[in-house]
Amino acid sequence: MMNFPILTLITFLPLAGACAIFFIKNDKPKELKITALMTTLATFLVSLPVYVLFEPESTMQFMETRSWIPALGVQFKLGLDGISLFMVLLTTFLTPLVVLSSWNSITKNLKGYLISMLMLETGILGVFVSLDLFLFYVFWEVMLIPMCFLIGIWGGERRIYAAVKFFIYTMVGSLLMLVAILVMYFYHGGQTGNYTFDILALQQINIPLGFQTWLFLAFGLSFAIKVPIFPFHTWLPDAHVEAPTGGSVILAGVLLKMGTYGFLRFCLPFFPDAVSQFTPWIFTLGVIGIIYGALVAMVQPDLKKLVAYSSVSHLGFVMLGIFALNTEGLQGGLLQMVNHGLSTGALFLIVGMLYERRHTRLIADFGGLAKKVPVLTAFFMIVTLSSIGLPGLNGFIGEFLILLGTFMTSKAYAVVAATGIILAAVYMLTMFQRVMFGKLDKEENQQMLDLSKREITVLVPILIFIVFIGVYPNVFLKKMEPTVNELIHSVRQKQAQTLMMDEKSLARK
Amino acid sequence: MNDLLTSPINFSVILPVVSLALAGFVVLGVGIFMPKPKRTLLFGISLVGILISSYYTVQLWDQNGSAFGGLVVADNFALTFNLIFLLGAGLCVLMSMNSHERGYLLYTEFFAVLLFATVGMLLMAGSTHLLIMFLGLETLSISLYILAGLKRTEALSLESAFKYFLLGAFSSGFLLYGIAFIYGANGSFDLQKIAVNVASVPLSDNLYMILGGVLIVVGLGFKIAIAPFHMWAPDVYQGAPTPVTAFMATGSKAAGFAALLRVVFSATDGAVPDWTIILWVLAVLTMSVGNLAALGQTNIKRMLAYSSVAHAGYTLVGIVAWNELGASSVIFYLLSYTFMNIGAFAIISMLSTEDGELLEFNDFKGLANHRPLVAVMMALFMFSLAGLPPTAGFVGKFYLFTAAVKAGHIPLVVIAVINSMISLYYYLSVVVVMFMKKSDSDIKGAVFLPTVSLTLALAMLGTLGLGGWPTHFMQQFQDFVGRIM
Repeated sequence: MMNFPILTLITFLPLAGACAIFFIKNDKPKELKITALMTTLATFLVSLPVYVLFEPESTMQFMETRSWIPALGVQFKLGLDGISLFMVLLTTFLTPLVVLSSWNSITKNLKGYLISMLMLETGILGVFVSLDLFLFYVFWEVMLIPMCFLIGIWGGERRIYAAVKFFIYTMVGSLLMLVAILVMYFYHGGQTGNYTFDILALQQINIPLGFQTWLFLAFGLSFAIKVPIFPFHTWLPDAHVEAPTGGSVILAGVLLKMGTYGFLRFCLPFFPDAVSQFTPWIFTLGVIGIIYGALVAMVQPDLKKLVAYSSVSHLGFVMLGIFALNTEGLQGGLLQMVNHGLSTGALFLIVGMLYERRHTRLIADFGGLAKKVPVLTAFFMIVTLSSIGLPGLNGFIGEFLILLGTFMTSKAYAVVAATGIILAAVYMLTMFQRVMFGKLDKEENQQMLDLSKREITVLVPILIFIVFIGVYPNVFLKKMEPTVNELIHSVRQKQAQTLMMDEKSLARK
Repeated sequence: MNDLLTSPINFSVILPVVSLALAGFVVLGVGIFMPKPKRTLLFGISLVGILISSYYTVQLWDQNGSAFGGLVVADNFALTFNLIFLLGAGLCVLMSMNSHERGYLLYTEFFAVLLFATVGMLLMAGSTHLLIMFLGLETLSISLYILAGLKRTEALSLESAFKYFLLGAFSSGFLLYGIAFIYGANGSFDLQKIAVNVASVPLSDNLYMILGGVLIVVGLGFKIAIAPFHMWAPDVYQGAPTPVTAFMATGSKAAGFAALLRVVFSATDGAVPDWTIILWVLAVLTMSVGNLAALGQTNIKRMLAYSSVAHAGYTLVGIVAWNELGASSVIFYLLSYTFMNIGAFAIISMLSTEDGELLEFNDFKGLANHRPLVAVMMALFMFSLAGLPPTAGFVGKFYLFTAAVKAGHIPLVVIAVINSMISLYYYLSVVVVMFMKKSDSDIKGAVFLPTVSLTLALAMLGTLGLGGWPTHFMQQFQDFVGRIM
C-alpha cells in the first residue's frame, strides 16, 4: 500500500478530469458539470486514505521519487508531512464544493471554466506535495495561468485589470525566487558536491548570514505577495471583487495559504538566522496587516471587498503565529490557515449566493433578509461568528493559539494584535446586522428565495468542520504536532549554532 | 592551401548541403520548364529535399567528418544546428501552404530561395574557416533579401527588403573587415590555427585580434539582431511575408548563433574575461532594449520582432556564462525558440484572409470564443515565449540562467529575470485580448488546412515535449559541446 503512488494520483486526477472534459461537447452542460464534480469528488475520496494512514510523526510520508532531469539533479519527488497534509485536504475538500456552487452561475463558456478549475486544483496540489524546488516552482507558476483566466474571463466589470494585476504581481515575486533557488542550488552543490533541488537535502546545510538575508528576501517577497502581507496586498481586493464566486473561494481558501506555506516550508528551515533577524519586521507588518485590514474592512460598502480585507487581517494573524516560532504559535497558524479557508471560503460562497439572487453586493441594497430567508441567515450567522472567533467554533482555537504563542515571544505585539479580534467583531457583526436585520424596505428583496437543496449541500460540509474543529481540534493538532515541533527544533538548533559561532569569533577578537 | 589539394575530398560530409541545393535547383527548373507549375509539386520537391538533407545529417552523426582539408566539418555541433535549420525551414514550408499566402507568394521563387537560404545556414554552422563562414552568411543573407521582398505588390514588403539589404550589406562589410583583421593578426582563416595563435599571444598585445573580434561580433550581431544592431528587425519582420518572417526569426538567428558560438569558443581559447565583458554588456542591452520596445507595440509582428531581439539577449546570457552548460543551453534555447516562435507565426498566418492579415492586437479580440483551439494554442506559445512552465521556453530559460549562476553572473541573471517580468506584460496582453475581450465581428480565417495543422501540431509537440522531457536533448548537447570548447 505504501508503495502505491497515491500523491501522484491525487495531484493529477483533476488534470485527467480536465482532459476528459475537453472532449465533451460544449452543448452538454450537464455532462460537463457532472464530470467535473465526479472528478473533484474522486480526488477528495482518494485523499481521505492519506489522512487516515498518515502517522503522527515528523517525517515525510508517502514519498515518491522519480528521476526527471538527472543532469541537473531535478527529481519528481513528492511527499507529505504534518504541514502539507492539511493543505492538501483543504484543497481537495473545497474544490468539489466550488464546482457545485457554480452549478448555475456560470453560463458563459462553462467548459473552459471547469477545465481551468481542475487545472488549478492540480497546480495547487502540486505546490503542496512537491519535495523538489524545481518541481515546486513549476507548479507554483502553472497554477497562475488558470487562476488568471478564472478572474479575467468569468469575472466582473474590471476583470481584465484585476487579472493582469494579479498575474504580474505574483510573477514579479516568483521570478526573483527563481534566482534565489538557483543560488541555493549552486551553494549547496558547492558545499556538499551534491547538486540537487531536493528540498530535504537543501534544509540540511548552513548558509552564511549575509547570504541568508538576500535569499530570505527573494523567497520572502514572493510569499509575502501571495499571503499577502501589508503592503503587498493591493492586488487582493481587486482580484477578489472581480473574480467569480468559485474563483474567490479558491483564491481565499487555498491560494493565499500557498504564501504562508512557503514561509513554513522554505523560509524557516532554509534561513533560520535571517528569520530571527527579520522576525520584528514580520511581526510589525503582520500587526499592521491585522489592524489595517480590519479598519479598511469596516468602511467597505461592498460585501466582497469587506471579506477580502478581512482576509488581509486574518492572514496577519497567521504570519504572527508562524514567526512566533513556538509550538502554540505554529500550530495555531497552521490551524488558522485551515480555518480561514473554511470560514472565508464559506463567506464568499454566501456572498455569491446573495449576488445570484440580487445581482448586487452592496450592503446598502440588503436589509431585513432574515424574515425572508431564515436558512440562509442561520448559515451566514454561524460562518460570521466563526470568522470572528467565537469560542466553540474553529476560528477561536486558531486565533487563541496564535495569540498565546505570540504572547510568549513578545507581549506588545500580542496585545496590539488582540485588538484585531475586537475590530473583526465590529465589522463582521455590523455587516451582518445591516444585511440580515432591520427593516425589509427594499422592494427587490421581498421575493428573495431561500437556499436551495444544492446550496445547502454546498454549505453543510463546511459548517460541520467549522463546529468540529471548534469543539475537538485535537484530532488535527495531534497530526501536525510532531512536524511542527521538529521544525521548531531544527530552526532553533541552527540559530543556536550560529549564536555560538558568533560568540566564539567575538571571544577570539 | 596545400592540404586542400592533397587531402581527400570527403564528399559525404557535404551531402546535406548538396541535396538541399539540388532540391532548390530542381524547384527552379520546374519553374522554368513548366509555365504554371502546381504549387503542391514545388512544395513536395522542397519537402523531400529537406527530408533527404535531414536524413544525411542524421547519417553523419557521431562521425566527426571533415571535408576539403578541414574547411567544412560535420561534427555533432554542426549537425545539431543543421537539424534546427532544417526543422525551421520545413515548418516554414508547411506554413507557406496556407490559403492566404497563396495570393501573393511566387511559389517557385519562394521555395527555391528558401532552400538556398538554408544551404547558407548549413554552411555557417559547419565552417571552421572564416571565409566559408562568410560564404554561408552571404548565401543566407542574399536569399533573405529576396524573400523579404517577395510580396511584390506591397510597399511595406519592398521597403523591408530594401532596408534589410542596405543594412545587411553594411554589416557584411563589418564582418569582412573583421575577418581581414583576424587574418592579419594570425595569418590564417582557420579557427583552430587562430586558437593556437591566440593562446600563445596575450590578447592585450594583439590589437588586430581585438579589433577583428569586435567587428565579427558586430557583423554576426546584425544577423542575430543584437542591440544596438537590431534596428532593421521590426520593419523587416512587419513587412516580410509571415512564413518568411518566421524563417528569419528562427533559422537566421540560430545560424548567427552557431557561427558566434564557433568563433567565440574555438578561436578565443584562454581569452575569457575580455570577451565576456563585451558580451555581458551586449546581452543586457539587447534584453532591455528588446523588451522595453516590445511593451509599446500594438502590432503583433512588430511585437514579436522586438521580442525576438529580447530572446537574442537571453540567449547571449548562455554565451556569457562561458561554460559547457551555457553553450548547450544556447542550443537548447534556439531549438525551443524555433518551435514556439514558428508556432506563433503559423497562427498569425492561418488567421489571415484575402482581405488582409490580422496584425493589430485588437484584431485578436474574442478569438477564444470563435476559435477556442486556435486561441489555446496561441496562448501556449505566448506563455512559452514568456517563459512559463511547463513549456520549452521555461526550461530553456532555466538552463540559461542556471549556467550563468554557475559562472557567478548573478547580477546578469537578476537583470534577465527583471526583463522576463517586463516581457510578461506584452505576451499576456495577447492572451488577454484573445480570451477576455469580446469581438464585434466574426473572425473569418483560421481554417485548419492539413499542412497548417501539421505545423501547429509539431510546434506544440516541441514546445510541450521539450518543456516536459528536456533531459535527453540536453545530455546530447552537453556531450558534444564539451568537445568544441
